[in-house]
Amino acid sequence: MRGYVLKKVGWSIGTLLFVVVFNFFLFRLLPGDPIGLYTRGRNMSPDQLVRLRQQLNRPISEQFVEYLGNPFASTINSTRFNRPVWDIIGERVWPTVLLVGTAVLVAAVVGVWLGIRSGWRRGSRFDRITTGTTNTLYAMPEFWVGMMLIMWLPFFPSGGINSVGVSGFFATAVDTAWHLVLPVTALAVVYLAEYTSIMRASLVDELRQDYLTLARAKGLREDLVRRRHAVPNALLPTMTLIFLNLGFVIGGAITVEYVFSWPGLGLLTAEALRGPDIPLLQAVFLLFSLGVIVFTLLADLLYAVLDPRVSTR
Amino acid sequence: MTAIAWQRRRATASRFWADFRSHRSALVGLGILLFFGLVAVFASVLADPAGLDVTKATAPAHAGPSGDYWLGTDQSGRSVLTLLIHGTRVSLIVGLAATAIAIVIGTILGIMAGFYGGWARSTLMGLTDWFLVIPFLPLAIVMATVLGASLLNIIIVIGVTSWPGTARLVCAQTLSVRERPYLERARALGGGDWHQMTRHILPNVMPLVLAHVVLTVSVAILSETTLSFLGLGDPTRPSWGYILDNAYGTGAMSNGEWWFVLPPGLCVVLVVLAFTLVGRALEAVLNPRLREGS
Repeated sequence: MRGYVLKKVGWSIGTLLFVVVFNFFLFRLLPGDPIGLYTRGRNMSPDQLVRLRQQLNRPISEQFVEYLGNPFASTINSTRFNRPVWDIIGERVWPTVLLVGTAVLVAAVVGVWLGIRSGWRRGSRFDRITTGTTNTLYAMPEFWVGMMLIMWLPFFPSGGINSVGVSGFFATAVDTAWHLVLPVTALAVVYLAEYTSIMRASLVDELRQDYLTLARAKGLREDLVRRRHAVPNALLPTMTLIFLNLGFVIGGAITVEYVFSWPGLGLLTAEALRGPDIPLLQAVFLLFSLGVIVFTLLADLLYAVLDPRVSTR
Repeated sequence: MTAIAWQRRRATASRFWADFRSHRSALVGLGILLFFGLVAVFASVLADPAGLDVTKATAPAHAGPSGDYWLGTDQSGRSVLTLLIHGTRVSLIVGLAATAIAIVIGTILGIMAGFYGGWARSTLMGLTDWFLVIPFLPLAIVMATVLGASLLNIIIVIGVTSWPGTARLVCAQTLSVRERPYLERARALGGGDWHQMTRHILPNVMPLVLAHVVLTVSVAILSETTLSFLGLGDPTRPSWGYILDNAYGTGAMSNGEWWFVLPPGLCVVLVVLAFTLVGRALEAVLNPRLREGS
């Protein structure tokens, strides 16, 4: 177990290093004068410009070492907001966590339920309808689902996180929940498809296992065989995959947040694109990659805790 | 000798087709793909490309469906149907070309990693794992911003960000093929690395890659739509994502202009679904391990 944890943590650190290095060099590929890109649309005193130019004129190796020392230092302000990038990002984290968390929770609960129902009766009518529907949902771009929802359900708010003029903790919470309905639906509908097919596949894998025959031989009712034996085992890989997916879902929220003007990291990315706001884009990209690495590590560790066979293998 | 070989190939092909045909959903998918393929090829015949030019648009803007404009018009008076027809071409070209790039990179890296093993495999697969970790959409956004918006750049961006899956698959398959007796025979007869890889491993890995290719195309088309929607597509070559971007930007949803929002998305769903159905069926036919399962 210890070796396994060390191995996974080591791999994550290696990956983190790779992402940081990659992030540094990717943005050095930008064509044109970096000063122009970093300061577009901002008033800069000649003094500041000279300092920035000196900063960027140093040898690449020197800049690289400095970047490696602290990739999260904001030496250059966002061109759009004219503030340190990590301050802006800090404000935008929680709306995204709220949106993505709710959507994943909804998608996981419904997806697992659908997966169990259709996997247990493989080939039944219910299974065929579910599989067809999930295939179709999987083919839909999230933002298009969002646009359709805005168009056809106009009584729900189409953008933002709160209405103007709502105050008080309770009223604000209810208002936010009301604003969450459409974006959560748009995100959940697409991920629902993924979770359903994962759960169905892992349940189908368990169907022919000997322990199910034993459970039936003991005289357990079919319902209990499913609930007490098959489902808990099939849930293992599904839970891990859902966790593993979390890091990527945040990236997938970009278009949904953009469509619903949801003031999170996704909308921030879309805003950083128009410009483009290079310092902000660089920081957001680093954060998204970091999110995936952290969630991958957590998923690996969670799997080892849930299924001890993994770490001893 | 060659006559026998050809006979065998024909027999294999007909068996493959019989297997494939038994998946009814795959035939539906194939039909949809054929339809969109024809639309893409004959786009200029079906709709005059001059209709894409904003300056030549004469119709009223934001008009609903009518006899002249079956699917209404966009914000500058262009026919949505014309945009859709020409968008088919862009979406399919991007999807296929990007997939081609991804498959070439993935297959080369995968075969090399699997064939040489040892440190080559750990290095290449380590690199693949790293690229799998980088979230796709943010990476594509950053790269598209860095490279600039053009059709070729979109293809490159999607191509070079979608290869890791292929590399993993090919590597695993190569590892199992490498140990088979006929490769030992090739080695004993003095076949070099290049000969073994191109003549023996590649043909055996190809069937699985084929199924994967088809699934990759569907992802690539979705990616193209997303990037174009975010304004990173080529503005001179309207695609389905570009139409949706325009619809969103001009408030088509709050005005209830369903003809502007619904059709482009429906086309994306149909094509992506069709590629998925065909890909799944190919996988089921070509991958013996999946066959015993269901």
